[in-house]
Amino acid sequence: MGEAKSGSIYDSLRKKGVSRRDFMKFCSLMAATLALPVGGAARIAEALEKKQKPTLVWLEFQDCCGNTESFLRANDPTVAQIVLDILSVDYHETIMAPAGKQAEKSLSDVVKNQKGKYLVVVEGAIPLKDGGVYCTIGGRTAHDIAKEVCGNAMATIAIGACAWDGGIPAAAPNPTGAVGVKDAVKGITLINLPGCPANVVNLTGTVVHFLTFGSLPLTDSMGRPLFAYGRRIHDACERRAHYDAGRFVQAWGDDGHKKGWCLYQMGCKGPETFKNCPAQKWNQGTSWPVQAGHGCIGCAAPHFWDTMTPFYKRLENVPGFGVEANVDKFGAGLAAATAAGLVVHRILRASKKEKSSEEEK
Amino acid sequence: MTTERKRTYIWEVPVRLTHWINFFALIAFSVTGLYIGGPYIHPYSEQSYTMGWMRFFHLLAGYVFLMSIITRIYWAFAGNRYANWRVFLPITRKQREDLEGATKYYLFMSKKPPYAAGHTMCAGIAYFVLFLLFLFQIFSGFALLSYGSPGFFHLILGGWLNSLMGIQAIRFWHHMVMYFIWVIALIHIYLATWLDSVEGNGLMGSIFGGYKFITGKEWE
Ligand code: SF4
Repeated sequence: MGEAKSGSIYDSLRKKGVSRRDFMKFCSLMAATLALPVGGAARIAEALEKKQKPTLVWLEFQDCCGNTESFLRANDPTVAQIVLDILSVDYHETIMAPAGKQAEKSLSDVVKNQKGKYLVVVEGAIPLKDGGVYCTIGGRTAHDIAKEVCGNAMATIAIGACAWDGGIPAAAPNPTGAVGVKDAVKGITLINLPGCPANVVNLTGTVVHFLTFGSLPLTDSMGRPLFAYGRRIHDACERRAHYDAGRFVQAWGDDGHKKGWCLYQMGCKGPETFKNCPAQKWNQGTSWPVQAGHGCIGCAAPHFWDTMTPFYKRLENVPGFGVEANVDKFGAGLAAATAAGLVVHRILRASKKEKSSEEEK
Repeated sequence: MTTERKRTYIWEVPVRLTHWINFFALIAFSVTGLYIGGPYIHPYSEQSYTMGWMRFFHLLAGYVFLMSIITRIYWAFAGNRYANWRVFLPITRKQREDLEGATKYYLFMSKKPPYAAGHTMCAGIAYFVLFLLFLFQIFSGFALLSYGSPGFFHLILGGWLNSLMGIQAIRFWHHMVMYFIWVIALIHIYLATWLDSVEGNGLMGSIFGGYKFITGKEWE
C-alpha cells in the first residue's frame, strides 16, 4: 500500500492522530460488515487512501432524530472519528453550527456548487397530503426540499423506517399522508436502510462501499442492501437453539427468561424480520434487543407499526371481537358453535322423525 | 317400499386414497400447527427438540398433502363422473335443482332426502370451498417457509404471496383457515352419517370400499 494522497480520507485521519492500526481495524470491520471476500479490507484501505471525502447533507423531515442519535452515538472514539471524517457533513439540522437563513444557504450552496457529486441522507417521512404542509422547513415543504436536494445528488440514502416507507408517521390512519423517499421522489439513485433506528455501521458500510467500488451495494426487492438485510434475525439469533428445543419464555421474569430462552411466545418478531442485528449488534457490539431479553419488534420490516403489532403477541387480534379476541379464541369458539349447531340440528331431526313416524301410523 | 339395490362403484382408488391422506394430514397439521402457533407443551430437558420435531412433521405433512392435492386435481379430469370437476359447481339446471332440494332437506323444509350417487350438490359446493381453503393453506404455508429458505421452489409454491400480503397477515390467515376447515369437517362428518342412516345406501362404507348400494332414486 502506497503513501496516502494528501487531502485523502486517510490523510486527514492520520493528521487527526488515528493510527495505521486503527485505520486497518476499521477497514477490516467494514469488509466483514459488507461480507467482502479475502482482500476486501485492503481494497477499502486503498480507496480511502486515495479518495477525497464526499460531501454529505443530512435532511430531517417527519422524524424523531433517532437515526441521528444512533449516528452520533458511534462512541468508540476511533470509529466515530472515522465515520465523521469519511463524511464531510455540510448540512445537518441537529448538529450544524449555522442556523436560520445561514443554514439554508449552506444547503443551497451544496446543491448548486456540487450538483451530482454529493450524498444525501434522508431521515424521516415526507408528508404529501394537503400539498405537504405538515412538514415545512424555512417555508418550503419537505417534499419540495427532497425533490431538489435528492434530485441533484449523486446518491440518496434513506435512513430509518420512516424515510423508507413512511414508518411511524405513516402508521394507520396516516393523517398527514406520509410516505418514504422512494414514493416521494422518483427516479433517483436510492438505497434504504430501514430500522428504528438504522445501525450506524450499516450506514458507514454503505458509504464505504460507495467510495470503494463506485456503486451502491446490491439490494433486495425492497431496496435494502443485502449485506445488512439479507438474513433473517431468527436464523442468526443466539436464542435459536432454545426455539428449536421448545424452551420458551412464558412470562417476563420467569425462570426461562432468566435463563435466556427464546422469546417467541412473548411476541418476538425475529421470525419475520430481516436485518443483521444479531451479528452487528448495537453500541459497539455490546448487545441487541433479543440479547437484552426483549423480543424483536420487527422495526426493519415493511410498515412495522401496523404489521408487527401487537408487539407482545404472535398474531394480531381478530378485528371486531374485542381487545382480547385472538385467533385461537375466535377459532375455537367457531368450532364449538358449529358443534353446538349440529347438536341442535340432531335434536330437531329426532323430534321431526317422531312426528313423521306418528303420521305414518 | 321395495327397492332393488344395485352395487355400484362410485369412489375410485385415487379419490379414497386422497381422502384418507387428507384426513390424517389435517390431524397432523392441527396438532403440530397449534403447537407452532402457540407452544402448548413445555419440556424442560436439555435433550428436547420439540419445536424442531413439530416443524418437521408439519412440513412433512405439508409435502404429503401437496402431493395428495395434485393427485386429486389430476383425478378431477381423469377420473369417473363422480370425481369430475363438474360435480363441484352448480353448472346444469339439474344441479341447481339438486342444490335447492338438498338445502331444503337439511333445513327440515322438505322430507325428500337428496339421494345422490356421488356428492350432493351441497357437498360439491362445500368441497369446492374446502379445496380453495386447501390451496390457500398450501400457498400460505410455503410463503411462510420461503422466509427461512428462499429459493425458486418455495417461491413458485407460495413465496409469491409475500408480495401480495404482509407476513403477519399470512400467519394470521394460515392459522384462522385451520378453524374454517375444522368447521367444514365437522359438518361433513355429521351430514355423511345422517344421510347414511336415512338413505341406507352404504355411504359411510363407500369411502372405505368405494361401492354404494344404489336404490335407483339417485338417478331421478
Ligand atoms: S428470540 Fe426471537 S429471533 Fe431469537 S430464536 Fe426466539 S423467536 Fe427467533
